[in-house]
Amino acid sequence: MDRTITVNGNVIEWFEGMTVTDVLSVMKYTFKMLVIHVNENIIRREKWPETKVPAGADVKVIHLMSGG
Amino acid sequence: MDLKAMKNEHKQRKLYTYQPHEIKLGYNNRTLHVNLSDNEISEKPVTQFMKDKFVGGKGFGLKLLWDATTPQTKWDDPENEIIISPGPCAGITQYSGAGKSLVVSISPQTGSIIDSNVGGYFGPYMKFCGFDALELQGKSDKEVIVVINGRTNTISIEEAPMEEVNSHILVEQLTEMYALNDKDKINVAVVSAGKAADNSLIGMLNFSFYDPRRKHCRLKQAGRGGIGTVLRNKKIKALVAIGTGVKGDLNHVANLKAISERGQKFNKEMRDLDESQCEMRTKGTAHLMEVMNEYDILPTKNFKYGKDDSQIANIHSEVFKSKFTQTWKNLDGCWFGCSMSCSKAVDGFELRTGPYKGEKVIVDGPEYETAAGVGSNCGIFDADHIIEVNFYCDTYGICTITFGTTTAFLMECYEKGILNKERTGGLELNFGNKDAALELLHQMAKGEGFGLIAGKGVRAAKKIFAEKGWGDINFMNDIGMENKGLEYSQYVSKESLAQQGGYAMTNKGPQHDEAWLIFMDMVNNQIPTFDDKAEALHYFPMFRTWFGLQGLCKLPWNDVEPVDNCETDEPAKVPDHVESYVVVYNSVTGNNIDKEELIRQSERVYNFQRIFNIRRGFGLREHDAQPYRACGPVTKEEYKSRAERYDKQLKEFIGVDPEGKSTEEKMAITRKYREDRYEKLLDAVYQRRGWTKNGVPTIEHLKEIGMDLPEVIEVVKPLQ
Repeated sequence: MDRTITVNGNVIEWFEGMTVTDVLSVMKYTFKMLVIHVNENIIRREKWPETKVPAGADVKVIHLMSGG
Repeated sequence: MDLKAMKNEHKQRKLYTYQPHEIKLGYNNRTLHVNLSDNEISEKPVTQFMKDKFVGGKGFGLKLLWDATTPQTKWDDPENEIIISPGPCAGITQYSGAGKSLVVSISPQTGSIIDSNVGGYFGPYMKFCGFDALELQGKSDKEVIVVINGRTNTISIEEAPMEEVNSHILVEQLTEMYALNDKDKINVAVVSAGKAADNSLIGMLNFSFYDPRRKHCRLKQAGRGGIGTVLRNKKIKALVAIGTGVKGDLNHVANLKAISERGQKFNKEMRDLDESQCEMRTKGTAHLMEVMNEYDILPTKNFKYGKDDSQIANIHSEVFKSKFTQTWKNLDGCWFGCSMSCSKAVDGFELRTGPYKGEKVIVDGPEYETAAGVGSNCGIFDADHIIEVNFYCDTYGICTITFGTTTAFLMECYEKGILNKERTGGLELNFGNKDAALELLHQMAKGEGFGLIAGKGVRAAKKIFAEKGWGDINFMNDIGMENKGLEYSQYVSKESLAQQGGYAMTNKGPQHDEAWLIFMDMVNNQIPTFDDKAEALHYFPMFRTWFGLQGLCKLPWNDVEPVDNCETDEPAKVPDHVESYVVVYNSVTGNNIDKEELIRQSERVYNFQRIFNIRRGFGLREHDAQPYRACGPVTKEEYKSRAERYDKQLKEFIGVDPEGKSTEEKMAITRKYREDRYEKLLDAVYQRRGWTKNGVPTIEHLKEIGMDLPEVIEVVKPLQ
């Protein structure tokens, strides 16, 4: 079984029960203005803590721009 | 202060009376020309052609400067101008961030065209007085102020020998002098520089606005490129605009209701979402401090590193939040009606150095760029130091970004032995030495000591050090963070090729206001190919240029985003806000553009500015070269600090096994790879923008965008 997921093109280890919030923690993504897709499905912010990321998933964490 | 005595010393050199009229659809359809050499004041018509091709703001500034100067005009020649133009949307109060002005001049630092955007009340008040732009030309032989008086419909040039030069005092003096009473102070706006602008090439302009809650003047800055130096070189102490009150529809727009609806929608987003998004109302742009550190892009020690985890807590955004006065957090706008309210201030700050030591002052900011520039980039992780430098840069009339990047460069030179105590006149400019950094700033203001060299900026300092035989010019070119003669703003671009282009391919020099692509490129991996990066380096610089044509602030575009933005096709563009800007522009002017024509408006002006640079001997591929520090690790310590990353890239991207190779060998391979990629990026972006391989806009492209003006074709034709 595939024990990895891909996040913005980076392959990282997956663990049982891994949520979207866990992915952000592992990747140290602390920026607040994010759009997240798991296998091309948009996951809204309020669902991040409860949404499980399946093994082998392709996760896109799109950081929007701000500042300047 | 004895204002009566000061005023009595004023000698009127010229009084010009103009006919008041109403603004129509965002335009006065006339500009104002003031010549300080012969005290002539005149008006110029704004034609439909000028509006169609140049729109306003920076566009007007560039057009007027082109007509006023020759390719040989130097920054300190009398014919050089400072042009201030707000744009057609400037002055509306129903949509946030609509009080901006663009300032254009020939830069003392770059020798080419500089533009700088700024808030504060001067631009909108000047517009309400009756002018879409102000051209300042010529040079006075005595200290003068120029007063645009909407009460009397007059413009005057007045000798003003007694007023202070430093801004925090001068703006209070002039506001008090020209206001009818305390309540009327809000109708007086001042533009000024400061004593360091007299003695350096990096002077900036302060644009004031009166804060009735604090009962003091506040300052916003047109910082980049030395325009404050130009102002002082013309012996202008200040500009004053006197308004008669901001009312609902002074722009006489085509559809106020449509603007209000969009504005209210935005205001609701700010109310509901700011706290969970960027916290602009409580932190301003300083909210980025720890974010940039976390992503390894907070410049640290002259851009060597992108973070310092051991010290970031000292300059964390929460530290600044605790120092910003939060009483008026929802009302800290630099123009009326702005619900983003990010113009933060520290009240009652007690200064520990300099001529005002012991005094308690208001400090505007610090914003992110200031905190990163004079703080982490100089290895100084001390919030109070940052606030003190912020204050003195403002009142002395010095750009905080330029001061930060220049000081960081000097500190690295000091640590590398290029400079020493003897050469700096006693300043121990090690990274982290905050007393030395402040002393350097005070020296700039006094025009003495090592401050005189520092005040010329990085490019000049490199040349001076090399001529004196103090250091290797190639090494200094690698670590000196300037391009086109302008110092970098405060992001580490090493791991984002697109941002390297976003900095070094800019028209005026490396300022982030054209494109900020680090997240899209480095973190999201959204634009992996050269074509993707080229598309981003076409769209975003053009889109962001548009704000400077209109008198609008960029921050409300993407520092808060609608809840459903994530469900759009292109969330990075914030499509709903783009649509709002189309509606706002059309509703002000009565025109009917779409989002494609919005980009086209910018393209015309952007290409004109590129060609203006070419006309002056710049603007070609060679001028888009970047210092290697912006692109990769210059020193062994930099490579070793991120060895895992660089070794991995060697293996995965370059196909070289790092095993058994020395650091020098690995650095050389990395450098060649990265520099080659930057050249390929230039090729891709030039092609996307319709330019030749040398970076010259093609005649075909100029025809396509409707910018094939005869004077423009004359410049580019020999270079096709």
